[in-house]
Amino acid sequence: MRGSLLLRLGVVAWVTALVALPVTVLVLRGVEDGPHAFWIAVSDPTAIDALVLSLWTAALATTINAVVGTAVAWVLVRWDVPGRRVIAALVDLPLAIPTLVAGVLLVALFGPQTAVGHVLIGLGIPVAFARTGIVMALLFVTLPFVVRAVEPVLEELDPAEEEAAYTMGATRFTTLVRVLLPPILPAVAAGAVQTFARSVAEFGSLAAVSGNIPHRTLVAPVYILGEVEAGNPGGAASVSLVLLAIALSLQPLAGALARRAGARHA
Amino acid sequence: MGIRVENLVKSFGSVRVVDHVSFEVRPGELVALLGPSGGGKSTVLRMIAGLEAADSGEVWLDGARVDHLHARDRQVGFVFQHYALFRHMTVADNIAFGLSVRKIPLAEQKERVATLLEVMGLPGMGERMPSQLSGGQRQRVALARALAPRPKLLLLDEPFGAVDAKVREELRRWLRKLHDEVHTTSIFVTHDQEEAFAIADRVMIISQGKLEQAGSPVEILDNPATEFVARFVGDVNVLPGVSRQGHVHVGRVSVPAEDPHPDGTAVNVVVRAYDLKFWREDGAGVATVRRVMTVGDRVRVEAWLDEVEAPIFAQFPRRSSLLHGVEAGCRIAVEITQARAWAVHAPDAR
Repeated sequence: MRGSLLLRLGVVAWVTALVALPVTVLVLRGVEDGPHAFWIAVSDPTAIDALVLSLWTAALATTINAVVGTAVAWVLVRWDVPGRRVIAALVDLPLAIPTLVAGVLLVALFGPQTAVGHVLIGLGIPVAFARTGIVMALLFVTLPFVVRAVEPVLEELDPAEEEAAYTMGATRFTTLVRVLLPPILPAVAAGAVQTFARSVAEFGSLAAVSGNIPHRTLVAPVYILGEVEAGNPGGAASVSLVLLAIALSLQPLAGALARRAGARHA
Repeated sequence: MGIRVENLVKSFGSVRVVDHVSFEVRPGELVALLGPSGGGKSTVLRMIAGLEAADSGEVWLDGARVDHLHARDRQVGFVFQHYALFRHMTVADNIAFGLSVRKIPLAEQKERVATLLEVMGLPGMGERMPSQLSGGQRQRVALARALAPRPKLLLLDEPFGAVDAKVREELRRWLRKLHDEVHTTSIFVTHDQEEAFAIADRVMIISQGKLEQAGSPVEILDNPATEFVARFVGDVNVLPGVSRQGHVHVGRVSVPAEDPHPDGTAVNVVVRAYDLKFWREDGAGVATVRRVMTVGDRVRVEAWLDEVEAPIFAQFPRRSSLLHGVEAGCRIAVEITQARAWAVHAPDAR
């Protein structure tokens, strides 16, 4: 009994010290100079541009990966393509690579000094140190989320459901919209929420690939680090608070969607 | 609506799963495709529905060739072994699916759904989700869903394979009753002979991709066309024999041959368990009883035939006079009342 009480207290203390304490400090730090200071910090034009950039690139990457990730999961589950295992392993690779390395990879491939980068700049679509690069980096690091969320649900889906729809006269499109998508949609959404949360908070790869040009390619997490280094921890905490709020509001949504996806194929 | 398939062929990789299958089903018939698992029956059914493309051959439905049509244009209802209900839709939406994709007016859809729920014995269950139903109920919903668009032909792929024995029995009787009321031409696939013989008008035996025999249950039981059918249908003994002077001899036991073979031909003699007589014959006899088992209202006697060194078993009604004194270890005389003989193709196919 005493041992178990000790264990419980230990767990509570550990989680408090590790998670609750820093978050509380961050919140306090963000607002300690009063609402006015908070407002000044987050309404700084550079901060606003950084937040807006982070949000829209995250939204774009999420949209693309929701579609592409679902397609990848479909191919992995339904088609016996040659090299299926290799593709499956590649999908997980972004989770294994340090994200800073992912950013460096993109610069090495698309940087202005490289042949590919040179051609793309000539075409007017620079990747490295540009917004395109930001979105590409986000697509790369978040690729596994939707794929891995959708895969188990697709595996549960009986191909006979699709065939049943056809025998009843349904077209391919009707079958997709009315039979295939509804059961997997909660899983897609759960994966998308994860993707978005990760994208808004992504630091390593973007620090390397974006070039961090204020108002143009400086994303919120990198901006925050800059403020800390510039001796403005209050401002950094305020913008962090905004990111934290976004992340925390998505958390229950992700949980609810995942539960729904789970309940559907239970 | 009748259906005719001609010379259907299908291979998966190097394995030919359907090998020149041809047959016809008359309008309003209920036909069973019966055979061992993996024999190609389901593939035949799926090719008729358009869920699988035939390598060659033709499918005619109601006088029109349909093998080039997509499954959605064939107007064939299909019932899957594991129901394949749309799990995110209510029972009513499942049943209405085929009507709604055909843009049938909503009022008409509702009416048809209500009627089918009634017919299927599922009144008031329209708003349930499939996960809230039992296996038997789910399969009835699947059947209602397949019938809703009034298909020309109803195909059922091992429809009762996923439910337990008692429910299966019930669903069988109920399918037969439904067919007698609705008269939709139907083909169902099963590996269960009892199921096939109990409800089908005609049975087609398929093995290793080939149609072995098509006929009424009685025809198939009494006149098996091939050795495979004879062995496959019912409880049978297969004994080594020799054909001589119009008789088939199994050791010292002989029976008039129904199938004439030249003298001296080695044959496989196929004898049903109920076409045998055993009686006790101390100090003589041709076999020794090994086991006597009571199975419900019948008794199964297993014995060992001396000369051919082969097991033989027979079934008798529980009160049969033939059973007097028959017990494990005793000597018995054996009489074969009816048998079919097929020449042995080397090497022995047993």
